[in-house]
Amino acid sequence: MSHEYRPTDDLSAAERSELIASMRPEDAERIPELHEVDVPEELKAEIEAAMGRYPELRSASIPALWAVQRRYGWCSPDGIRQAAAVMGLSPAYLQSVASFYDLFRLRPLGEHRVLVCTNISCWMNGADELLDALCDASGADHEAAHHGGANAPDGNVFVSGFECLGACDIAPMASIDDRYYGPLEIGEAEAIIAALRADSEPVPEKALHHRGLAGGSGAGDDPRVPELDRG
Amino acid sequence: MAETRILFRELDDPALRTIDGYRRRGGYRSLERAFRELEPDFLLGQLEESELRGRGGAGFSMGKKGSFLPRGDMDKYLCCNADESEPGTFKDRELMQKNPHLLIEGIAIAALAVDATRAFIFIRGEYAEQADIVEQAVDEAYEAGFLGENILGSGFGVELVVHRGAGAYICGEETALLDSLEGKRGNPRLKPPFPAIQGLYGGPTLINNVETLMNVPLVVEHGAGWFKSFGTEESTGTKVVSVSGCVQRPGNYEIELGMPSREIIFDLAGGPPEGRGVKAWFPGGSSAPVLTADDLDVPYSFEALAGAGSMLGSGAIIVADDAVSIPELALRTARFYHHESCGKCTPCREGTNWTVKMLERVVAGEATPMDLDIITSVQENIIGNCLCVLGDAMAMPVGSMVKKFRSEFEEQLRGVASSSSGSGANGAAGTAEGTATSSLAQAGAP
Repeated sequence: MSHEYRPTDDLSAAERSELIASMRPEDAERIPELHEVDVPEELKAEIEAAMGRYPELRSASIPALWAVQRRYGWCSPDGIRQAAAVMGLSPAYLQSVASFYDLFRLRPLGEHRVLVCTNISCWMNGADELLDALCDASGADHEAAHHGGANAPDGNVFVSGFECLGACDIAPMASIDDRYYGPLEIGEAEAIIAALRADSEPVPEKALHHRGLAGGSGAGDDPRVPELDRG
Repeated sequence: MAETRILFRELDDPALRTIDGYRRRGGYRSLERAFRELEPDFLLGQLEESELRGRGGAGFSMGKKGSFLPRGDMDKYLCCNADESEPGTFKDRELMQKNPHLLIEGIAIAALAVDATRAFIFIRGEYAEQADIVEQAVDEAYEAGFLGENILGSGFGVELVVHRGAGAYICGEETALLDSLEGKRGNPRLKPPFPAIQGLYGGPTLINNVETLMNVPLVVEHGAGWFKSFGTEESTGTKVVSVSGCVQRPGNYEIELGMPSREIIFDLAGGPPEGRGVKAWFPGGSSAPVLTADDLDVPYSFEALAGAGSMLGSGAIIVADDAVSIPELALRTARFYHHESCGKCTPCREGTNWTVKMLERVVAGEATPMDLDIITSVQENIIGNCLCVLGDAMAMPVGSMVKKFRSEFEEQLRGVASSSSGSGANGAAGTAEGTATSSLAQAGAP
């Protein structure tokens, strides 16, 4: 049997299914049909819009998984099947992509997410103790929070140590519901968790966007630097 | 000595974040000139002449890299690497948050120079706030006609898409970035072919860091000669340096390349807390071999830091003061690379794993002097043996710490805690808990 070689992105969903089946018939996972998955209209539209932004549809895999996660709170098997049906890819393929990246959640997590950076600069500024204090405040398991993350018993808050988040200037810091806050103090842990449980913004005054340049506003008057035009 | 603010000019003015505010400051003037008057060859020539070197880590000449792209009708691409994930580095975050249009202007001009009609900003997923800001700026630029088809009637168009990553350090490696952008797991590719020849979707691709691209409009506006009036012979221009760790004023500082490192760490960032001294510092992110207090007078430039046995890397200085335990610092460093190794190459996947296990034994006081030699030998066997440099990025700093602070590691072996007070010792309780149950020696060392 000889196949003319064509990039799989050029194939239709049906052709791709057939190709997979011809290679590994015993393992082949069918690409689900749209009518089998009951994908919500908005999710479908969002994924199709992402597919339209790239020259090759597979590039929309990560945007599609983001869309699934926004909709369901995690990359649920049903959500992945829905995205797979829209994109004409196998669910296993999308699952393999989702499992590579740290921000995709492969299990349901607390509605509010507190990611504490525990890399070098934050560690030197007390990040481990901050993470422990947040565990104490939320009831999340310390050991699990230090190794991949833990849900608080009430299921509302997820607490996790995390690799460098790119905010060593506000160490120790945390990404709370996708926004950066720091430098955080151990004594603020209780208030942070309480605010999240009340669905309000914790420590708003510590939000990164309030922070100006470290060197202040007046630093630097090199004569080689031209004045900015002021209209 | 003070900062030299070119990229940081008026950066804290919130008006700069809107297209109107940016244009009032002379923004998009370089783009207008480039698209109306200048030839791609002239632009590339200016970039080459400016000797602008990549600000992401490798420090390769931007103009030269651009000139490697073949000419012809094939689809060409430009990728802005905004996957800033090198520990200690947070410069692109502040630049994108506060001056997104400068980046867009740089991308459009660079795309014109290399004839790339599609461009992508690959921004790390954790930077959700910055991605929102950049996306809004991209919308504004489209509306103003600075992106899209036939920009300013030039006949040349650039489509720009903001692509959010999903949390993987490896995607900052340029070929892993391309795979991730193609919707795959972010594994690095074999090189050659280099991305300039065969990159995204198999087409010629220019990949540059955020800060590098932000310098492009300035080179076009003021000329290569002006740009070269800053810096040293081999390191032209300014550099945004992220200073963090044990310093009193952590943050981003824009300096003229060649400034003594001591002035950055002490005069700008305030040095270590009162009563403490510098013990070790990474000059270019956690992937750079550490330097010591003896190296503080090394000029902050590509060539001087290479001469001192380290590298400028991403421009991130991480300072560890004399209260920090170096074996624990080594363990914390190694753990990061172990977690982020994509697993494709054996020396990296296994080497990072075993290095963590051995360092855990060292920190727990359960290692033997032979373990230090094995750690050193494992690092030597990683370097140069993988598709990408993630493994090297652990091997270089860890190897340098064992070499330069050997006596402290030996003290640790004898069960003598090097320092039990102060911030750096905080990790002790957390680091001992994952102690490995098997040793490399038992498993048959490489």
